Amino acid sequence: MAAKTLTIDGQLVSAEEGQTVLDAARDAGIYIPTLCHLNGIQDIGACRLCLVEITGSPKLLPACVTKVQEGMEVQTSSDRLRRYRRMILELLLAERNHVCSVCVSNGHCELQTLAAEHGIDHVRFEYLSPRLEVDLSHRLFGMDHNRCILCTRCVRACWHVEGAGTKNVAGRGIQSRIISDLNQPWGQSETCTACGKCVAACPTGALFNRGATVAEMQRDRTRLEYIVTAREKSQWIV
Amino acid sequence: MESKTGVRQETSGSKVRESASEDKRFKILETQMKRYQYRQDSLIEVLHKAQDLFGYLDDEVLTFVAQRLKLPPSRVYSVATFYHLFTLKPQGEHTCVVCMGTACYVKGADKVLAALEHDLGIKAGETTSDGRVSLVTARCIGACGLAPAVVYDGKVAARQSSDDALAVTRQWREHVTGGSHTH
Amino acid sequence: MLLADLIRIKEQELAGRKPFTLRVCMAAGCVSSNAEAVLAALDRAVKDAGLESQIEVRPVGCLRLCCEGPLVAADPDGKLYKKVRPEDAVSVVKALQGGPTSVRTGDMREPFFEKQFNIVLANSGLIDPERIESYIAADGYVALRNVLRDMSPADVISAITKSGLRGRGGAGYPTGLKWSTVAKTKSARKYVVCNGDEGDPGAFMDRSVLESDPHRVIEGMIIAGYAVGAQQGFIYVRAEYPLAIKRLQTALKQARQFGLLGSNVLESPFSFNIDIRIGAGAFVCGEETALMASIEGLRGNPRPRPPFPAESGLFGEPTLINNVETFANVAPIILQGPEWYASIGTEKSKGTKVFALAGKITRTGLIEVPMGIKLREIVEEIGGGAPEGAKIKAVQTGGPSGGCIPASELDTPVDYESLTKLGSIMGSGGMIVMDETTNMVDVARFFMDFCVDESCGKCIPCRAGTVQMHRLLTKILNRQATESDLKTLEDLCELVRSTSLCGLGQTAPNPVLSTLRFFRSEYIELLQPKSPSPECASTAEKKGEPADDKPVEGR
Repeated sequence: MAAKTLTIDGQLVSAEEGQTVLDAARDAGIYIPTLCHLNGIQDIGACRLCLVEITGSPKLLPACVTKVQEGMEVQTSSDRLRRYRRMILELLLAERNHVCSVCVSNGHCELQTLAAEHGIDHVRFEYLSPRLEVDLSHRLFGMDHNRCILCTRCVRACWHVEGAGTKNVAGRGIQSRIISDLNQPWGQSETCTACGKCVAACPTGALFNRGATVAEMQRDRTRLEYIVTAREKSQWIV
Repeated sequence: MESKTGVRQETSGSKVRESASEDKRFKILETQMKRYQYRQDSLIEVLHKAQDLFGYLDDEVLTFVAQRLKLPPSRVYSVATFYHLFTLKPQGEHTCVVCMGTACYVKGADKVLAALEHDLGIKAGETTSDGRVSLVTARCIGACGLAPAVVYDGKVAARQSSDDALAVTRQWREHVTGGSHTH
Repeated sequence: MLLADLIRIKEQELAGRKPFTLRVCMAAGCVSSNAEAVLAALDRAVKDAGLESQIEVRPVGCLRLCCEGPLVAADPDGKLYKKVRPEDAVSVVKALQGGPTSVRTGDMREPFFEKQFNIVLANSGLIDPERIESYIAADGYVALRNVLRDMSPADVISAITKSGLRGRGGAGYPTGLKWSTVAKTKSARKYVVCNGDEGDPGAFMDRSVLESDPHRVIEGMIIAGYAVGAQQGFIYVRAEYPLAIKRLQTALKQARQFGLLGSNVLESPFSFNIDIRIGAGAFVCGEETALMASIEGLRGNPRPRPPFPAESGLFGEPTLINNVETFANVAPIILQGPEWYASIGTEKSKGTKVFALAGKITRTGLIEVPMGIKLREIVEEIGGGAPEGAKIKAVQTGGPSGGCIPASELDTPVDYESLTKLGSIMGSGGMIVMDETTNMVDVARFFMDFCVDESCGKCIPCRAGTVQMHRLLTKILNRQATESDLKTLEDLCELVRSTSLCGLGQTAPNPVLSTLRFFRSEYIELLQPKSPSPECASTAEKKGEPADDKPVEGR
């Protein structure tokens, strides 16, 4: 496979053809924030946090789905990008009820980490404060819609890694919700295999193990990559 | 024509599962799916047909479609709730659609809608408690030359005032249609 | 079917013509004003008068002056009867032979028609959209026959490129370039998709074209299929357009019967089929990747481009997507030559554009104008200006993706670049006139409300950003907003425009940005005063920090 040379933030980087800008940057030790991306599951370019500037492109492009090209010049953290990322995170914080102090994922939450990284000490938008349910009908797991950021990592893990098709998005726009089967309580789902991959994929405290209390919910987010690599390449990399 | 209220009684509750095999509407839906060779990409076409037949899409119909197209229920529910023309709740006997397109809006469609909401005591997207009238808004029905336009049971009416609209819906609520009740 | 057959059908059709014709508009607008009863009454009146051999009563597509419907046009005297009622039928029939009539009449020399230029709508209002013979009599399918007989796919693409035709869906991408990209992509299966998901509120051009001249669109798609090497086409139409769907279904059936679709089109080696897909109420499906997802039976979620549909589109195959009006331009370009087409319009915007003219204006309806015409000519001469002495304030083009052009800019020529420069877009052709009574902040909120409702929810800036913009606009309208709210609104506009995944989000701020640009004072007037008055003391306490800043809970 042909090697491509590109510059990311002024640094000369060598990448393989077909690699994404995100992978190339991470291989070179350059950090690009992400939320809807998770190693092992298909990328959809939805959260817009990994948007980068590419010389010659009038539009910002998501690093997670943009393939490297010879001679590409990438900027990953201009003032403008940092300002946009901050606002996107603020929009998420205002969209549902992210009350870290009582959250099972406090201290282990990707949204919280990103907010801290971007120095978010206040949210300038009006909190929408929707009243959303917590589904505790499943014997092993719970789902708190108040913490969900609709990244659909759980949906993709359920469909593409487990193959069960239990999880999906219902409704649209601001009314979107993650559902199980025909929007019934998770515990009544006939298709759920209780594999826990969705829980492993969740970046926030929306999906959790039952019994976890505040700040207890730690998860191994490399698990899905392990399974997928094993399945696709017959390599069991622990 | 069967009234939609009748449909609701027939398909509500769990006893429907037994009647499903006898309900000829499922057979018609099945025929339609066969015509599409049970292709998964025909899902939206199939849901259109199902809604034509049943008036709305309840869990039983969605499950039936999912099974026949070999799709997980979550996909069918997800698609059905994405598109605004699909409804998962029974609709009223009559439907009044107020066009809220730009041309209608600048010509006062919002006032017509407000008058209807007030008179019917429901919000757009709801059905009156007597099951007579569903009030719906449309994003644009493309009748901009006739603004403001209101669609009464599928018939477009031009240049509607609040009074015009109230006259129609009041008449609907006063008269039982379908001729099933004779005194 | 061969050329000889086409000529024979045309001759038969023309031989059957009668000295007088009454053309009754059967487009959705007139139909909803009782045109069907008018048609029946005219038929009866002709029969009763024993004039069946003299007068043909022909149902036709859109006669355009929608505000005066039901419309009936008479040949050969060129009269246009307005607001015709079924009881007027006898009088209209008598008038044809010189009798007096009580019905209001006009003719095609009225200002509404004079400035128009017909390419896309040439057959609209003339032919019977439900009879393929009627289309063939107007030289229908001759372009297709010429293409299959005399031109290579490369020749066709070269003609479209030379014509300068640009996508009529809004963005104005060069059509020839799109076709050649799909043609160059190697694949055993390719698709041609016609985007008829005309979702802009205030737009009904594509609906009228499909209702008035469906075969024109079909012919354009078949030619496109030949040019790019596709075997299958899809027309995606909104479910809200039942009449357009019905006429398309009829037209497709006829085209199949006549050997214009299916295996070996016009006895050539080329085979092509077209199926209809019906939308289910989602504006975002006008975005091409969302539209393709919808055809595949999925949620209409857009996906990032690249890859573009030309490389990987419907079912992962190379796909050509154009809108209804773009396809309707194809046959005339082939028949009359790309040079002719390129001679119409401006340097960068060739040909004509169809607009749906509506709102606070004297004459509403469907119009086709050469590119480069001034907005003022459309609004004042064709549309007759604002009714009853009212004053025009702005013209909105491009729907929720467009902007409001102020009356002071009415001398702007209608072309892609000029409208973009004004912060609006050509769009698919909705043109809504607003007068002095229209509150521009309310208009901005109206469109934002639309975007909130129609956002698919996949990407965060559009899903959550439009909601926040809507709240801020409401706050401003309620006179509760401060200057910092206005600043936040502007920051959000920039964010949503720059970072949204698809066109819906990227253009959602346009109505706000354009009204802020031209009608900023209307926003300022609604803001809370800078120096706090006594009753605003509680707000004033928070000064120094933007008023509605809130700490992140629990941090």
